[in-house]
Amino acid sequence: MSIGIVSAAYIAAAVLFILSLGGLSNQENAKRAVWYGIAGMGLAILATVFGPGIGNWLIILVMLGIGSYLGYMVAGKVEMTEMPQLVAALHSFVGLAAVFIGLNADLELGSINAMREAGESLESLAGFSAALAKKTGVEIAIMKVEVFLGVFIGAVTFTGSIVAFGKLAGKLDGKPKKLPGGHMLNASALALSLVLGIMYFNGAGVWTILAVIVIAGFIGYHLIMGIGGADMPVVVSMLNSYSGWAAAAIGFTLGNDLLIVTGALVGSSGAILSYIMCKAMNRKFVSVILGGFGGSTGPAMEVEGEQISIDADGVAAALNDADSIVIIPGYGMAVAQAQQSVSELVRKLRAADKEVRFAIHPVAGRLPGHMNVLLAEARVPYDIVMEMDEINGDFPKTDVAIVIGSNDIVNPAAQDDPNSPIAGMPVLECWKAKQVFVSKRGQGTGYSGIENPLFYKENTRMFYGDAKASVDSLLPKID
Amino acid sequence: MKIGVPKEIFEGEARVAMTPDSATQLQKLGYDCAIETGAGALAGFSDATYEAAGVEIIKTPAALFKAVDIVAKVRPPSETETKRLKAGQTLISFFWPGQNEALMELARSKGANVIAMDMVPRISRAQKMDALSSMANIAGYRAVIEAGNNFGRFFTGQVTAAGKVPPAKVLIVGAGVAGLAAIGTATSLGAITYAFDVRPEVAEQIESMGAEFVFLEFDEQQQDGAATGGYAAPSSPEFREKQLAKFRELAPEIDIVITTALIPGRDAPKLWLEDMVAAMKPGSVVVDLAAEKGGNCDLTVMDQKIVSDNGVTIIGYTDFPSRMAAQASTLYSNNVRHMMSDLTPEKDGQVAHNMEDDVIRGATVTYAKEITFPPPPPKIRAIAVQKKEVVKELTAEEKRAAEVAAFKKTTKQQVGLLVGGAVLMLIVGAFAPASFMQHFIVFVLACFIGFQVIWNVSHALHTPLMAVTNAISGIVVLGALLQIGSGNWLVVVLASISVLIATINVVGGFLVTRRMLAMFQKS
Repeated sequence: MSIGIVSAAYIAAAVLFILSLGGLSNQENAKRAVWYGIAGMGLAILATVFGPGIGNWLIILVMLGIGSYLGYMVAGKVEMTEMPQLVAALHSFVGLAAVFIGLNADLELGSINAMREAGESLESLAGFSAALAKKTGVEIAIMKVEVFLGVFIGAVTFTGSIVAFGKLAGKLDGKPKKLPGGHMLNASALALSLVLGIMYFNGAGVWTILAVIVIAGFIGYHLIMGIGGADMPVVVSMLNSYSGWAAAAIGFTLGNDLLIVTGALVGSSGAILSYIMCKAMNRKFVSVILGGFGGSTGPAMEVEGEQISIDADGVAAALNDADSIVIIPGYGMAVAQAQQSVSELVRKLRAADKEVRFAIHPVAGRLPGHMNVLLAEARVPYDIVMEMDEINGDFPKTDVAIVIGSNDIVNPAAQDDPNSPIAGMPVLECWKAKQVFVSKRGQGTGYSGIENPLFYKENTRMFYGDAKASVDSLLPKID
Repeated sequence: MKIGVPKEIFEGEARVAMTPDSATQLQKLGYDCAIETGAGALAGFSDATYEAAGVEIIKTPAALFKAVDIVAKVRPPSETETKRLKAGQTLISFFWPGQNEALMELARSKGANVIAMDMVPRISRAQKMDALSSMANIAGYRAVIEAGNNFGRFFTGQVTAAGKVPPAKVLIVGAGVAGLAAIGTATSLGAITYAFDVRPEVAEQIESMGAEFVFLEFDEQQQDGAATGGYAAPSSPEFREKQLAKFRELAPEIDIVITTALIPGRDAPKLWLEDMVAAMKPGSVVVDLAAEKGGNCDLTVMDQKIVSDNGVTIIGYTDFPSRMAAQASTLYSNNVRHMMSDLTPEKDGQVAHNMEDDVIRGATVTYAKEITFPPPPPKIRAIAVQKKEVVKELTAEEKRAAEVAAFKKTTKQQVGLLVGGAVLMLIVGAFAPASFMQHFIVFVLACFIGFQVIWNVSHALHTPLMAVTNAISGIVVLGALLQIGSGNWLVVVLASISVLIATINVVGGFLVTRRMLAMFQKS
């Protein structure tokens, strides 16, 4: 295949990728859009493999085969509640691949320079090394910057994603942790890697880039360790963005436009997602990344009253009487794997001709859109699953709101108490419903450790217990 | 200590402040109980039942007042009764200290501690001793029954073989405790019930009881009920006019009107005027629960039932609770019993008159030869203050100006961004070689397309978006493929690993996206 045909294939692939992202604007188009993506990727790989300057066919075939098999297995086995950790794990792969490829580029450069000095002919080189050999001095210098960037971002993504994976999978403690020195440690690590980078540009050798990998790896680890569980949607989308930028940097190194285009698409997608998530929490991106909530300016409002508990009979009676019901799921529903039971409950309520809807806060769960996927898995039709802005105005007309395993996203203190750490965060105004039931394990506070005045409101009843067990106990009582 | 209950001497009063049941409960608190002979007779409790409950029967009121430490009554004490009080004795009864200053002074001079059941503050903790509410509840119920008694038709609509019966239409004015009780009774009898109140926040309660809230279009924000301890405040003349106009409009079709509008410390507002009565159909009934305070209806005569010229019955009884003496006595004696249990924290039969306690302090009107009325405001607010919405309506020009300003602002932002970007590009272009610039153009355009496309992605599909971007970021596999043909073995090894993991990414990402998207389905 000639360079021209390869380029044509790349253009087609780039267009297909854009279509595949654009198609996600609604659920029906999305089903077609994913095929565009698959076709684009197939085209790109085929064109590259059969393009000029490719060797070691056997290795390629074996690696592609094994990789496909493993990917197939993972995708088939993963539970929908485990999506956040899967996404994080896959990000780490892109990061690691970017590190290796960047490293390779430098190694190739080293061997070409060695061949030059040895006076060997460079004509025998093919593919990437041939392109490399043709580069002028300035281009080589720029390439070194690109290698540095690719390797640095790649390494941050790699370790960051591994830590995120650990936290999401529950293998690491979800609480924010920092080594002594905190942000200063990160800042000095960054400064050190910049110094090493400059040394690398001036030809100090491969060890500098290896040192950069280690330091960047440390930054990624330390950065994500310092961020708590509820901020994970931001972290995961940020890592998504990083993996894109790493790919783009590698594209520059290799002079491959398709890599650049795709990397840029992924990078901007992740950046926008992070922005949306931050906005949904009314927090600055920087403050999320640096960890911890911003300082509150005064004592929080005192919560008056008491939490009144209710049993399944009471909840069921209220549900039987209600005409319109809104369910607000949160991470607690995912943890308890209660989505199937919730779906069954909804089916029964809808069969009794009640209006049942779901209200989804943008940061509910540990991944952007996490709740939507869980509900879809449990066969809840997506047209009754509403976004925050769509449904907030409807709460005063709602008979019963059921909060299942969410806390901060339904905290009225965000609106009422200017001193609350979450003041100004948009929240689901479920307390405006005639009755609110909160399914919750116990009396503890949410991730942010903030008291939730909702639990003390006159129209709120606490339905203590495991979310799945609670919802299951309701099912036989609904008629 | 001993609690004694004298016979009510107010004419027509049938209630009694202690029942055999409440006596048993009081004895559990450590008190001895005594009652004047025949005190419970009108409420249906004979001396024998009291004796069976261990209550001492005392023949005369004078002897009773002498023998006991605590006197519990329903009505405010008469002058004679007050004179019988002795120093240190506690009196628990309705007292109306605002209207009965002479009586209060007399009680003070006698050295008695008076706890007025009508002064119990309206906070959640004190609900169990809120005798006003429990009596109002009975009054509301009884008002409907009384109206039904004087109304010649069914409440509920029926279609019978003998003809069709239209349902009665009932209007309840004032949705306090009595009003809500009346709504509940009227709706459960099958009447079509309307209710009106000046406090817009009670609309929900009205609707929850099954009545229709009579909505009044009025701009002026009514004072929040929270500021006045849950009671209505006097309304402005304009509001009153609006309100009367609404009533005038409703009057011809309403069969039964029950008015319960009271403002603390004032005469009852006149809400159902003569012309409205005239507009009603003959046979209609007006029950005025505010008769004691002058009545909400122009024609009301206190304690009497009259019939207007056009045949509308107007009931001005003030003794509705007393007309259901058994029920009223049970509830009132429970209120008294709860008050006693608050006064006896140790359950040792000794009164501990804690003036630091919000409820006890609020209800006490004389204590230790001092007049302690009016009480300081309670530390806890009765009802959470409603937030006032301060959304100002913008005029057309203001809106327009705001739009223009917003447009200018975004234009400025965008132009600024574009100029900044262009300068940055120029700087990069000035130093970087041509080959780099080619790729750079592609990069910038791709970022731009990315930003444009991703904003349109539906919120619900953010997880599939992450999965699919994850899959396509596996495009780094191309880089590894290009390098795998190298002569350097280390490069080959690293590149192979990269191909492997990037492929996992690509295949895994796409397949899991497909799995997710297949799950999304319409209902």
